[in-house]
Amino acid sequence: MNPSPQVDSQEILATAQALRWEVGKDFHEKLMEALYTNAAEIADRAVTRPGEKPRFDLDRSIDRIVTSRRWGFLLMILLFTLVFWITISLANVPSRMISDLLIGTIYPALNALATRLGFPWWLHGILIDGIYLATAWVISVMLPPMAIFFPLFTLLEDFGYLPRVAFNLDNVFKKAGAHGKQSLSMMMGFGCNAAGMISTRIIDSPRERMIAMLTNNFALCNGRWPTQILIAAIFIGALMPAYLAGIVSALAVVGIAVLGVLLTFVVSWFLTRSVLKGEVSSFSLELPPYRPPRVMQTIYTSLIDRTIYVLWRAVVFAAPAGAVIWLVANITIGGQSLAEYIINFLNPLGILIGLNGVILLAYIIAIPANEIVVPTVLMLTVLVTGLTGAGAGAGVMFEADLESTKAILVAGGWTLLTAINLMLFSLVHNPCSTTLYTMYKETDSRKWTTVAALLPLGMGFAITFVVAQVWRLIFG
Amino acid sequence: MKPDINPEQCETCPMHNTANLMKLGLDMQGWDYVIALAGNPNTGKSTVFNALTGLRQHTGNWPGKTVSRAEGGFDYGDHRYKIVDLPGTYSLLATSLDEEIARDFILFGQPDVTVVVVDATRLERNLNLVLQVLEITDRVVVCLNLMDEAERHGLQVDERRLARDLGVPVVPTVARAKDGLNLLLQTISDVAAGKAVSKPKRFENESPELKQAIQILVEQLNQVYPGLPNARWVALRLLDGDERLIEAVHKGELGDLAPQPGGIPAISPDLKLETSA
Repeated sequence: MNPSPQVDSQEILATAQALRWEVGKDFHEKLMEALYTNAAEIADRAVTRPGEKPRFDLDRSIDRIVTSRRWGFLLMILLFTLVFWITISLANVPSRMISDLLIGTIYPALNALATRLGFPWWLHGILIDGIYLATAWVISVMLPPMAIFFPLFTLLEDFGYLPRVAFNLDNVFKKAGAHGKQSLSMMMGFGCNAAGMISTRIIDSPRERMIAMLTNNFALCNGRWPTQILIAAIFIGALMPAYLAGIVSALAVVGIAVLGVLLTFVVSWFLTRSVLKGEVSSFSLELPPYRPPRVMQTIYTSLIDRTIYVLWRAVVFAAPAGAVIWLVANITIGGQSLAEYIINFLNPLGILIGLNGVILLAYIIAIPANEIVVPTVLMLTVLVTGLTGAGAGAGVMFEADLESTKAILVAGGWTLLTAINLMLFSLVHNPCSTTLYTMYKETDSRKWTTVAALLPLGMGFAITFVVAQVWRLIFG
Repeated sequence: MKPDINPEQCETCPMHNTANLMKLGLDMQGWDYVIALAGNPNTGKSTVFNALTGLRQHTGNWPGKTVSRAEGGFDYGDHRYKIVDLPGTYSLLATSLDEEIARDFILFGQPDVTVVVVDATRLERNLNLVLQVLEITDRVVVCLNLMDEAERHGLQVDERRLARDLGVPVVPTVARAKDGLNLLLQTISDVAAGKAVSKPKRFENESPELKQAIQILVEQLNQVYPGLPNARWVALRLLDGDERLIEAVHKGELGDLAPQPGGIPAISPDLKLETSA
């Protein structure tokens, strides 16, 4: 049906190559110009502005304040402090209720049941003192702060505030030699670093994208917010009189988040001047209109999408971690449990950097999910310090409200320094395995994925080490 | 110049390229049509996606929310539609990964309908993308979203005028409030079934040298790939030195895009009637 082709595909390419010289260098610009002109003409015909008088533009007025040089940063800090303050002051009551139920009531009942059914001690231990307790702890420690924090954060996002934050930060990113869009991927990182990794796709220069990926971990993720909020509430808020406790702990969490942003800048700056040198690309950042948040729907979706998602992930990782914790605490070699061996081995390093062996072991167990760090620390502390006989059902010790959580941690040798360094280490350490795997898939580079894991880990050790030494110098 | 449409190619049959969709990671087993959802960032694309599929993927007021593809499906009339939410982009020049994902899907997947969601309050900038999509495919429905906000800003958008100028159907919607979605579904199904014939306007205000260069390339493209639906656009991209397109010519991938001579449509409508009866 067709005449036998006189040309083949290679010839087309050759023709295109030759013609490219004829159409001129500014061909691309002309093409785009024509496109824009056409779009403008069509839009102009379709849109009418009745009255044409300049209207009061609420969005622009809000933007003028929210993105102003003077008030922008201050407002940002105030708003986020408010969000954490609300979270911290409201979370304790439901936390206590859930732990009363899961640990105060169900845990002893399960113990009694297992005893009545005649479970062998090890099965009883793994199932109830390991898997059940770890899971129950994750739920009672994490659910309430998440259920309050995520909807609030989502409301801010829905309203359109987060792009303004990105806008405020854009300039600083440029100064650090990074792409301004990194502020957007960082914002995603505040939700989940794995999502943050994927969102760096919006950055077209590979160099700047790599910087964004390597520093995304400095944006506190869903899994780490609850740790920060909890430790701040227990140790830092407690330093203050009751009426100041909430606001001071909120400020501490904001301080850590701001430190993360500062580290993002510092590390980006360092990378652009060492291994990832290059020009800064420019782009235009669009500020979307403010939209009245759909409160009910936002609460629903943030509960489903984030709270339940993160909680589920935590539970999925906590259950096997609970079994592992119980096993390392109960397998004994020469009269000492495996956990004690590991903890004693890690202790010198832990103490050196103002933490302890339990925390380091918890961070190893929690590599798959940062969410379970605090529950793991609690479990290990309880099992190792022998606060309760395993399976003895000493329900009182297991109350997961703030006071008894603090009691457990203090019994495990925690001080204010431990708390502060845990908050720092939680901010600056290796990303979770999901994030690293995502980065590996996105970059296809073992080398850079390793850098992404080891760079923050090394920094975390360095920072906590310095803080511990200075602290000990000052406070003896 | 343009060869006649192959008489064997029926108007109502699905147009999508099943083999290429498979390569793009989309299994069309059990689906009749594939719909691509394109648009600038933050135009409510994900909201439209959720409204059509009933899924509750989180939508943020946030440019660049969807960087990868989301998939869903819905039934309308007697047909099953698979819908793919493409990353929000300002253009299809494929300078970044998200643009490349969007463009490759529209170009190689040859979706039965491409719905371009546009922000009624920022029509001019959004139309840049619409015009680029129209260069690749004429099976386009423009979803004129955020009509409530346009109203709030005192803008009146004349969708009929817009539809006439673009040559494709335009449906005004407020996806957040689910306004206009029924009409959108009806229009999608009309375009998918080939009932609505679109005649997209393509602009030709280029210089004489460019016009000639395009003509030469289009002629050659038509010889090697008879029936290539977007030869003019491919010619422009080749002139612009687009590496992905050069590679596609080099590997002969473009040949997949032309309707196969005497080819059997993926799903014959008669066959479908029998099985569903």
